[in-house]
Amino acid sequence: MALTGVEIFKMLPKTNCKKCGQPTCLAFAMKLAQRQASLDQCPDVSEEAKQKLGEASAPPIRPIKLGTGDKAVKMGEETVLFRHEKKFVNPCAFAVKIEDTLTEADAAKKMEEVLASEIDRVGQKLRVDALFLSNDSGDAAKLEALAKLAAQKAPGVPVIISTKNPDAAGAALGHLSGQNAVLYGADAGNLAGMAEKAKAAKATLGIAAKNLDELSDLTEKAKGLGIEDMVIDSGARKAGEILRDNTYIRRAALKKGFKPVGYPVINFALREDEMLETLVAGLAVEKYGSIVVLGSVRKWKDLALFSLRQNVYTDPQVPMQVQQKIYKIGEPGPKSPFLITTNFSLTYFIVSGEIENCKVPCRLAVMDSEGLSVLTAWAAGKFTASKISQFITESGIEGELEQKELIIPGYVAILSGAIEDKLPGWKITVGPREANGLPAFLKSRA
Amino acid sequence: MPFTPPKESYNGKIFELGLGNGEKAVAIGGENVLSFHGFEGSTPRKPVIALEVQDIVPDDWPQTVREVYKDVYGDPVAWAVYCQDNLGAEAIALRLAGTHPDRGDISAEQAAETVKKVLAAIKVPLIILGSNHAEKDTAVLVKTAEAAKGSNCAIGKAQEANYKTIAAAAMANDLKLIAMSELDINLSKQLNILITQMGFDREKLITDPMCSALSYGLEYTYSVMERIKLAALAQNDPVLQPPMLADVGMYVWKVKETQAPEADLPEWGALAERGIAWEAVTASSFLISGAELLIMRHPAAVEAVKKFIAEMEV
Repeated sequence: MALTGVEIFKMLPKTNCKKCGQPTCLAFAMKLAQRQASLDQCPDVSEEAKQKLGEASAPPIRPIKLGTGDKAVKMGEETVLFRHEKKFVNPCAFAVKIEDTLTEADAAKKMEEVLASEIDRVGQKLRVDALFLSNDSGDAAKLEALAKLAAQKAPGVPVIISTKNPDAAGAALGHLSGQNAVLYGADAGNLAGMAEKAKAAKATLGIAAKNLDELSDLTEKAKGLGIEDMVIDSGARKAGEILRDNTYIRRAALKKGFKPVGYPVINFALREDEMLETLVAGLAVEKYGSIVVLGSVRKWKDLALFSLRQNVYTDPQVPMQVQQKIYKIGEPGPKSPFLITTNFSLTYFIVSGEIENCKVPCRLAVMDSEGLSVLTAWAAGKFTASKISQFITESGIEGELEQKELIIPGYVAILSGAIEDKLPGWKITVGPREANGLPAFLKSRA
Repeated sequence: MPFTPPKESYNGKIFELGLGNGEKAVAIGGENVLSFHGFEGSTPRKPVIALEVQDIVPDDWPQTVREVYKDVYGDPVAWAVYCQDNLGAEAIALRLAGTHPDRGDISAEQAAETVKKVLAAIKVPLIILGSNHAEKDTAVLVKTAEAAKGSNCAIGKAQEANYKTIAAAAMANDLKLIAMSELDINLSKQLNILITQMGFDREKLITDPMCSALSYGLEYTYSVMERIKLAALAQNDPVLQPPMLADVGMYVWKVKETQAPEADLPEWGALAERGIAWEAVTASSFLISGAELLIMRHPAAVEAVKKFIAEMEV
């Protein structure tokens, strides 16, 4: 359970030395309680206090890094149950299962699919993040060969090794030293051996429990063996079990401060039916999965899941914005209509969607209004005649148009005169107030 | 170490709402916990999925989904019967798209005739939707409500601009009413209050907080739904206790991801699966965030969502 500022204050030196940058120890304690300061900023804190406070001030869900370099994935550190409360912090990783029973060619092909999965979506590079190499054969040599293949074919892609056999784990991890890999498969029968291999390879240990009781037991035992970095699996496989266990785990970690489950969760969405797999993976994205294991790479499935992850992990307090520029919808010619709106993403999506639907090619100027919708932006002085005219002038769009005509949203009809004054030679036309009036408006002009 | 499940219980409960008559009647809502949280409370009813039917040829639907209905569209009765008999629809949502002034301007009287014929031909519950033209919907929904009297249909959507007439028509003909506002918990609350102040029974309301598609504002609908459900349960706010609708199909099947051929965008993969996945992911997300009733278009997406619902039962 998180400590209050006063509880923390009692353990500080109370010298008010200001070395931490705060005027008093109490002020520093308050900052610590709000997680806005870190204990190592205090040079004089006692070892005992450090231990006690360190434990209490650790994030309720331990941060874990999977992989290294620019393909590394951060997990954990979540602070809320619902995304409207505060931004979900670290987007989950998608991992694709590759069995060591596949032929080398088939395994290599799957790795290549993972490498080719990267797409650019609304300015972010998204991809299948990790390989889940599974010791289905039970043969240590086969798992090792697969790990070696991954190191050759997909260097830099984070790897999760899945086995119940510590010797197989050790051999496979030998090819992944310094890679921040995950060793998944630690259970009641092999914990000590697996913990040893994970420690030797500096890998995160993946606990594979049968239920939440066993999970809490195993993480405590692993901790006793000196393991700090873990990812956890409660054994949930059916969608309803995933929702139940993930919800209990998140609540226990955040609201009860129950440390034994304060780790990122690994979920398995693998299904024969790929459409169902997509939906179960979607559930894990929305409800607290940190690693989601999939059975295959499919471009359509990736696109849907990447988009969902992007949606769920956006900051609810910052309006989603679209880049300021003039977007072409369809293939507009010199005579096509030219419209303007603001850069709130919903405004853009709705306006561009209506234009796309009515199949009248247009140019749509999207002006930076700090993510506000048309009326709000106008009221806040971000969508004014002078700003609009400056944007239009600087865009150099004039040269592409046969007739200099700009269609403005009906809600800001009041601006038409002022824009005409500031844009000599331009005709300003007032469009419909709502986007759903655009198809009729545009078709009537065609 | 034993794990004590941190269960949540709430004072509030979602109203249970019935649609239709006879053996094919359905009911939604009734739960006293968040969606699919049967592990800590009561979830007596499964979500219901209505298949969408239109009164005109759906020439604005992309090929992937239009193809499914090519033998029946143009005839709303045949289309509705096909959905019920061949696709196993639990409910039909008849969208009177052709009444829109820009899409044929079919008269309210003619729309009412269509409703009568469809009602006579199907046994499953009907949801009657206007064309989302606030002014025309007033006339169309009043006439169609009369035609649907006694059928225990839902009609909609009542919005801020036209709720008075539509709510009065639903009340006079003993129908359920869909109240839609735009992506804001307070607007939803306000509209539900205005409608109940007219004497409309809040237990006959369905809240539509406005849908959106994956990648096109999904997170807004998702979070508004979660907030409405939490207010209904944790704060026991009766105004927000009607079950919720997600009108998924019409938002999904107009976005680029459900239309662009693979040849144009090879990195997006197969169009057929992509479209179905887009509708199914959008739909299942809104079930997770709190919707009890869905309106969808592609039967393969419906099938996937039904399998998902079955798996959500623990």
